[in-house]
Amino acid sequence: MQKKVFQLLVDNTSGVLSRISGLFSRRGYNIESITAGVTADPRFTRITIVASGDDEILEQIEKQVAKLVDVRDIKELKPEESVYRELILIKVRADAGQRQSIIAVSDIFRAKIIDVAPESLIIELTGNQQKIDAFIGLLDGYEILELARTGIAGLGRGIENITYIE
Amino acid sequence: MIGADAMVKCLEAEGVTAVFGYPGVAICPFYNSILESDIRSILVRTEQNAAHAASGVSRITGKPGVCAVTSGPGATNVITGIATAFADSIPLICITGQVNSELLGSDVFQEADITGAVESFVKYSYLVRDVNDIPRIFKEAFHIANTGRKGPVLIDVPIDVQNASLSKFRYPEEVSLRTYKPTVKGNMVQIKKVIRELERAKKPLICAGGGVLLGEAETALRAFAEKHKIPVVSTMMGIGVMPTDHPLYFGMVGNNGKAYANRAMNESELLIMVGARVADRAVNQPELITRNKVLVHIDVDPAEIGKNAGPTIPLVGDAGHIFEDLNKEELEGSCREWVETLEGYRASMEKERHPDPGFVDPAEFITALCESMEEDAVYVADVGQNQIWSCGYAKIKKGKFLTSGGMGTMGYSIPAAMGVKLAAPDRQVVAVCGDGSFQMSMMELATMRQHNIPVKIVVLKNNYLGMVRQYQHFTYRDNYSVVDLSGSPDLEKLSAAYGMAFLRLTDMKNCQETIDAFLKDDVSVLLECVIDPMDLV
Repeated sequence: MQKKVFQLLVDNTSGVLSRISGLFSRRGYNIESITAGVTADPRFTRITIVASGDDEILEQIEKQVAKLVDVRDIKELKPEESVYRELILIKVRADAGQRQSIIAVSDIFRAKIIDVAPESLIIELTGNQQKIDAFIGLLDGYEILELARTGIAGLGRGIENITYIE
Repeated sequence: MIGADAMVKCLEAEGVTAVFGYPGVAICPFYNSILESDIRSILVRTEQNAAHAASGVSRITGKPGVCAVTSGPGATNVITGIATAFADSIPLICITGQVNSELLGSDVFQEADITGAVESFVKYSYLVRDVNDIPRIFKEAFHIANTGRKGPVLIDVPIDVQNASLSKFRYPEEVSLRTYKPTVKGNMVQIKKVIRELERAKKPLICAGGGVLLGEAETALRAFAEKHKIPVVSTMMGIGVMPTDHPLYFGMVGNNGKAYANRAMNESELLIMVGARVADRAVNQPELITRNKVLVHIDVDPAEIGKNAGPTIPLVGDAGHIFEDLNKEELEGSCREWVETLEGYRASMEKERHPDPGFVDPAEFITALCESMEEDAVYVADVGQNQIWSCGYAKIKKGKFLTSGGMGTMGYSIPAAMGVKLAAPDRQVVAVCGDGSFQMSMMELATMRQHNIPVKIVVLKNNYLGMVRQYQHFTYRDNYSVVDLSGSPDLEKLSAAYGMAFLRLTDMKNCQETIDAFLKDDVSVLLECVIDPMDLV
C-alpha cells in the first residue's frame, strides 16, 4: 500500500465533484483526502486528491479519472518535485494555567492562536502532513476537543509541468 | 420555437429516424413537438425495452440509438437498459423528462434524481438548465456517445426548459469540448513493435472483442489475418468479426466458449487482444494470457489496458485505425504449422453432445436455423442457456450476432431485434430466447404488431430458468430453488392474441420444414422449440 498525491484540473460543472468521488466509491478506491477550489480561470476547478493503494490500483485511479469527460488533466505530484500544504484547526481544552505551555508549543511550530475562550483555545497550523502530525503528537497531553483539517492542496515546483488552458 | 422543438430539431440534424419511448407529463412537450417531424416515435410497453431497442438501432447503424421517457419511474425503469448498453459500450442517447426546474430537489410527484442515479452507467449525463444550451448539449451528447470508447449519454430536460422559448436555433457544426479528446490513432512506435513481434512469433493469435465491431474494423482485421495467416478467436461480443466458417476462425473463448479456442489462447506465444476487456467470463485466469507470452492489448480506452492483465505492448487507439495502420506494414514470417495445429484441435475438441431424441436439440436446431437464414441476417441472442447455445452453434456469414454480453440482461433479444428490424427493414432479424427471457419482454409483441416490425422469434422452451437450474444442478446437487417456470402462458394462444403466426417444433423430425416455414416471408412468427429441461450447455 502506498500513497500518491494527484493534481486534477477539471471543468467547473455542477456535478464534477460527485462524479469524481462517485468513481472512487464505486470502484472501491481509497481516498485519503480531497480538496477542491476554483482556479484563476473560473471555468476550471483544481482538485488535489490523496489516494492509497498498490501500484496497479494507483495506475487504474489515474486512468479512470482521466477518462471522465469533465477531467482536463490529472497528474501525480511527486513529493520531490512538489509542495503540499494542509491547514488544520484544533480546539484544545486549556484553562489559564495550561495556556502558556500550549502557546509555547504552537510558537515552535509557527502555529497561530486564533481564538481564546475561558476554557479553550483554537490553534491554526499550516504545513505538510509530517509537520501537522508531529504537532498533533505534541498535544498528546492535552484534551483535543475538536479538530478540522482541510486535506492537502499541492502544486508542482517550477514551470515545466504546467497544464495551460487554451 | 420552444425547447422541445429544438430537441426534435437536434435529433433531425443528427439523422435520427426513430425514437423509442414512453410518455408521461414531464416529456409531453417533446412528444408534442415530434409530431411535426418525420422521426418515427415508437411506443414500447416498458421503458427498459426502449433502451434495448435503441441499442439494436445503434448496433446495426453505427449511430447512437435514441430513447425518450418521462421523469421518475419512466427514468428509473430505463436504467437497466442503459447499464446493459454501458457494459457493452453501445452508444445511446437517453432523453428523460424532468419535473419543473424550480421544484427540483423537493421530492414532488414523479421526481427522480436520474442524472445521479445513472452516474455509474453512463459515459456522461446532462441536466439542462437553460433552454439555449439545448443545441450545444445535444451536439456534445452525440459526439461523446459515439467517439472514443462508446457508451450511453443521458440528457435530463425539465419540463419548463422544454416549454421555454429559444431565442434562436442553430445546431453547432463542431463540438468544442475542452476536456474530452479521446485517442483513436495508434502510436506508430507501438505499431512497429507489434510488427516486429509478429515477425518473430511462431504462434500468434488475435482475440477479437466487441471493440472491433464498434470500431468498424472487421474488414481490416480480417484482411490482416488473411494476409499473414494469423488465426483468430473472439470473445462473446466479438462473434461475427470473422465469419464462423472462416478457415482462420477458431471460435469463442471463455468459460462458455470452445475448448479449442481456449487452448489456442493458452498455447499462443503472441496474443493480440483487441477491443476486449479481458473480463472474467472470457479470460478466467488472466495470468494464463500473460505468462510465457507476449501480450499486445489494443483498446481505445487506456483504462482497460492493464486493468485485468498487464500487457507487454499496450496500444491505445481505435481498432479501425490501428488495423488500417497495421495493414500498411510489411512483415515476414510464417505460422503455417501453428494454424495446422489449431485445425487439428478444432477437428478433435468439439464438445460431444448426447441429446435426448424426444426433444429438439438446441445445438442442431441453431445450426440448421443459421444454415437457412439469409447471408446478412441478424441473429439476436438473449441471455441464459439459450445464449450459450447461440454462441456455440450460430453460424454468422455476412450478418451480425448481437447479445447482451457484459451485463447479461435477460429480455434483451426481442426489443433489440425490434430496433434492428426498424433500422434495417430489408434484413432478416431473428431473436432467439428462452422461455424465461421471452417472458421478460413479451409485452413488446404488441409494439411489433402496432408498428409493423416483423421480427422472427424463437423460444427455446424448457419450463426452467435453465442457466440457474444448471448452476443449482452442479453447485447445490439438484436442490432447485425458484427456477421452475410452471404457469407460463400457452405460446400458441399468446401468439394468436397478438395476431402473430405460430409454429411448434417438438423434436428434430420436422426441423427443416419448420425452419423453412418460420423464415418464409417477412412476417413475425413465433417458433416454440420444446427442449430437454435437463439439458446442460
